[in-house]
Amino acid sequence: MMFAKTNFLKSVTLAVALATSAHAHRAWLLPSATVFSGDDKWVTIDAAISNDLFYFEHVPMRLENLTAIAPDGSVLKPQFLNTGKYRSTFDVELEKSGTYKFAVVNQSVMASWEENGETKRWRGPAANADKEIPANAAKLQKSGMSQRIEVFVTAGKPTRKVLEPTGKGLELVAETHPNDLFAGEKAKFGFLVDGKPAANITVTVAPGGKRYRDNLKELQLKTDADGMFTVPFTEAGMYWLNATANVGGSRASYVATLEVLPQ
Amino acid sequence: MNSKKLVAVSLPAAAAAMAADLNVSLEIPKMNVAEYHRPYVAMWIEKPDQSFVQNVAVWYDVRPKGRKSGTTWLKDLRQWWRKSGRELTMPVDGVSGATRAAGSHTLSFAGAKTLAPGSYEFVIEAAREVGGRELLRVPFEWPAKRGGNNSQSAQGTTELGAVKVTVTP
Repeated sequence: MMFAKTNFLKSVTLAVALATSAHAHRAWLLPSATVFSGDDKWVTIDAAISNDLFYFEHVPMRLENLTAIAPDGSVLKPQFLNTGKYRSTFDVELEKSGTYKFAVVNQSVMASWEENGETKRWRGPAANADKEIPANAAKLQKSGMSQRIEVFVTAGKPTRKVLEPTGKGLELVAETHPNDLFAGEKAKFGFLVDGKPAANITVTVAPGGKRYRDNLKELQLKTDADGMFTVPFTEAGMYWLNATANVGGSRASYVATLEVLPQ
Repeated sequence: MNSKKLVAVSLPAAAAAMAADLNVSLEIPKMNVAEYHRPYVAMWIEKPDQSFVQNVAVWYDVRPKGRKSGTTWLKDLRQWWRKSGRELTMPVDGVSGATRAAGSHTLSFAGAKTLAPGSYEFVIEAAREVGGRELLRVPFEWPAKRGGNNSQSAQGTTELGAVKVTVTP
């Protein structure tokens, strides 16, 4: 009994440690532009995990779980994928008119168990969990984590198909179109957990360009009873939007990069 | 003395041509820069609450070297792009045309005849490749009050010079 309690505490400590380290570093997709016109359109996107926004100074984001979705909902194949020391990059030709979504969705599992009197720990992609964690291990503790990192870009007129929620995990509700954001205007967004409003969760909105100012200028907002919140964008620039929530006992994190244009 | 006479002679004819019209004169400033491209210019009509009413003109690079068209940079006219451009397929008959050289330009907006009586703003936005962007608003009443002040101006400071909107009764 005492042992189990210690083990549980250890696993909580581990979870907190991992959660904290994940929080300190910020994952993001940074597009070359979010608004496109004309007939020869390509977007190039940087993908990285960093301390400050939006600088390449920590580690590149892995692109194994990248999905590119065209305005009609079809899946595109990103081109020129590269992972360097600090960032990954990929390009997509925007052949269709409308709004595109790029998303990196990671599902991971953390587990601890006892083997021959020793505590074993494992953390990795959810897909490998069954293979790596002995199903009948003693004192097995398992917890899941999911992470969804998104960015939207629009060629021509903004469309809404890629904004439709799937009803799974932590998802953004974009009442204001994410490619129609202007300085001095308020944007209304929300969050869903498994398709239901995520009430009273904390949302962080942080502008990029940290190197050129002392003040973080970060906003901490709360979703209302309907899971909605309003962001007063006062200045133009790239913003990092993040929220975390509990989804079926697992920790889920959502990130979107938003571009706010000057009037 | 001579010029006064000239004006007196030419005025009746000009007034007839401009009957119940919206006339715009604008200046594209000369730039002393190493790399100069003619600006993209969009002009449109808004209501005082800044809701879009109607396009007047869009000047863009219709045939740039090595490209099918210069529509790639239309989004740099970012207010116009948001208000109207992104809804359109270029070119638009009677609205779009080639970029203009630095200097003074005038145009008469025949489409004003379809405007409902009321207060409006004439909006002009200019964006130049490797240059800046500027947007000006000139309020006007449609139709013009007979004998009233029917001419209003705005002065640009960077990408636009003087812009004058004249509504003739």
